[in-house]
Amino acid sequence: MMQKHQQRHEVLQVISKLLIPFILLFALYVQFHGDFGPGGGFQAGVIFASAFILHGLIFGVTKTRKVLPAQALKTGMALGVLLYAGTGVASLFLGGNFLDYSVLAHDPLHGQHWGIFTIELGVGLTVTCVMIIMFYSFSLRVR
Amino acid sequence: MSAVVEMSVMEQVIHHLPALIIVLPLMIAPLCVIFRNRIVAWSLTAVTSGICAVIAACLLILVKNGAPIHYALGGWSSPSGIEYYIDISNALILLLVSSISTVVSVYSLHSVDQEIPREKHYLFYTAWLLCLTGALGIAITCDAFNVFVFLEISSLSTYLLIALGNERPHSFMASFRYLIMGSVGASFILLGIGFLYAATGTLNMQDLSERIPLVAESRTVIVAFAFITVGLLIKIAMFPVHNWLPNAYQYAPSAVSSFLAGTATKVSIYVLMRFMFDVFGTNYSFSQMLLSNVLMPLAVIGFILMSVVAIFQTDLRRLLAYSSIAQIGYIIAGVSMATQAGLSAAMIHIVNHGLIKSALFMATGCMLYRLGSVHIQSLRQLISSMPITVSAFAFGGISLIGLPLTAGFISKWNLITAALEKDWWWLAALILVSSILAVVYIGKVIQMTCFSPITTENNQSSGQVISEAPTLMWVSTWILLLASLYLGINSEDFVALTQQGANQVLGGFK
Repeated sequence: MMQKHQQRHEVLQVISKLLIPFILLFALYVQFHGDFGPGGGFQAGVIFASAFILHGLIFGVTKTRKVLPAQALKTGMALGVLLYAGTGVASLFLGGNFLDYSVLAHDPLHGQHWGIFTIELGVGLTVTCVMIIMFYSFSLRVR
Repeated sequence: MSAVVEMSVMEQVIHHLPALIIVLPLMIAPLCVIFRNRIVAWSLTAVTSGICAVIAACLLILVKNGAPIHYALGGWSSPSGIEYYIDISNALILLLVSSISTVVSVYSLHSVDQEIPREKHYLFYTAWLLCLTGALGIAITCDAFNVFVFLEISSLSTYLLIALGNERPHSFMASFRYLIMGSVGASFILLGIGFLYAATGTLNMQDLSERIPLVAESRTVIVAFAFITVGLLIKIAMFPVHNWLPNAYQYAPSAVSSFLAGTATKVSIYVLMRFMFDVFGTNYSFSQMLLSNVLMPLAVIGFILMSVVAIFQTDLRRLLAYSSIAQIGYIIAGVSMATQAGLSAAMIHIVNHGLIKSALFMATGCMLYRLGSVHIQSLRQLISSMPITVSAFAFGGISLIGLPLTAGFISKWNLITAALEKDWWWLAALILVSSILAVVYIGKVIQMTCFSPITTENNQSSGQVISEAPTLMWVSTWILLLASLYLGINSEDFVALTQQGANQVLGGFK
């Protein structure tokens, strides 16, 4: 029944297969261009997650869960926070205050750049994982 | 040479203590998710809380002997960046929160095992650590918006912790009710902070305190004052907006009620003090806005009425929850005197009541662990089967009433002295009346546990023999009680410390 229902959406399946790589790419652009233009970890995380949510909507959540198991997402959530806080701790060890990126490289400007880059990566990772896991838990709910 | 390096490392560590106390639980929380093992998560939580308590003690010693500490996060100095500010009043709160978290998390091993499915334990302790991070963060930060952020961190994890209680529909409803009330409170606080930002263009509390007098007449600041006060009163569970608290404390896992009873509302009271006395200024809050006229009647009605309500409760946890609201009334009464004596009495009672009420909830948790219910009728003659737990409860109860030689006595003595200093003899009388009400509700429990014979009907329903609670549980309960006993007997230093703290709060940021 489920299979039949999904086979009717062949156009959607082909189109989303085409779209998903570009959504992921755009997410990465928003992530890594965030320190120059509009964007950053939050937005990029949501866009990145939306690719997987689209995959889940079109191909069924069971398939998406094979690509990205919930366990991996939970670890990803935690790793993102660790990356953020770890950057702060790294700057502590290098002699600055907590989250003082200037000490992360020889040139304070580069340091600031690296610092914001890493913590935004952490934010992006956590937001992606949280968005997808929220989608999983709601889609699993059986009435 | 090496001695010099050693010294500088030591100084480095001391310099970074304010950041470490927040970052440590924040980083250990995701580690618990990664390890996903209940024993590892439990020991990490206990050890982390312990380290935070040591850091808080160091900070308290530092600010007691020296000037308040400023710590600029990210190296951005105060008005533009987020700043941590520590003086005696919040160092005390930090120490209280982290030590209660330490003791209760040690205690929680058995009770959590009984109340929560094992596969969720690591998430429970993650939420616990985040709640600790939030509570510590609220206390330490000097940035008004940062207060809101940490408030949300601790509130969201608290909702989760309460919903994990094993009385299923009730725990969910209690958590949901708290979520609604808590979100209303938090958004009021956020709105208030937003208005303050609109009026002054700054979020740093010290900067705010300098700029608010310049725009004090504007309606924006008045509205901000109203929003922040009401929002914080909801978070404090002050008398007319207390309705979320009894359910939350009754249906949460017993370790969680013990933790929250000693910390959640206390931290919010500290924020209220910080905003009213330092950010808005004593003069603005109490002479211009006449805050006393609002807080004092509510506090008095609160501690009388809620003590009466507590007398009629049949569930022990609910009784203690109502008693908590009454005790919050005492603290707010102390705050609303806006004198050094009143503030210091409020601080003394924040610490004493935090210790005592946590210990009482822990003792109740021990009974719940063995009995499966803490309905007052099921406690008949419990002293014969659980003597240590019942004596812990009795001891905590006596301290709550405020008999001499206990911590509660020091609280009440200072509160009454502060009231008499203002010539508010009626307040002193009402405090005594409310103490008598406390005698009634604590006496009811003691009478039931020690002197009520077991009826045949009760005897049949509980066929099995009830033994004493696990050692870990009663030992940690008694640790808190002994700490409060120490503060009760050896109170001079503690009272002097709170007086110094009250002076700092009244004097504004340094």
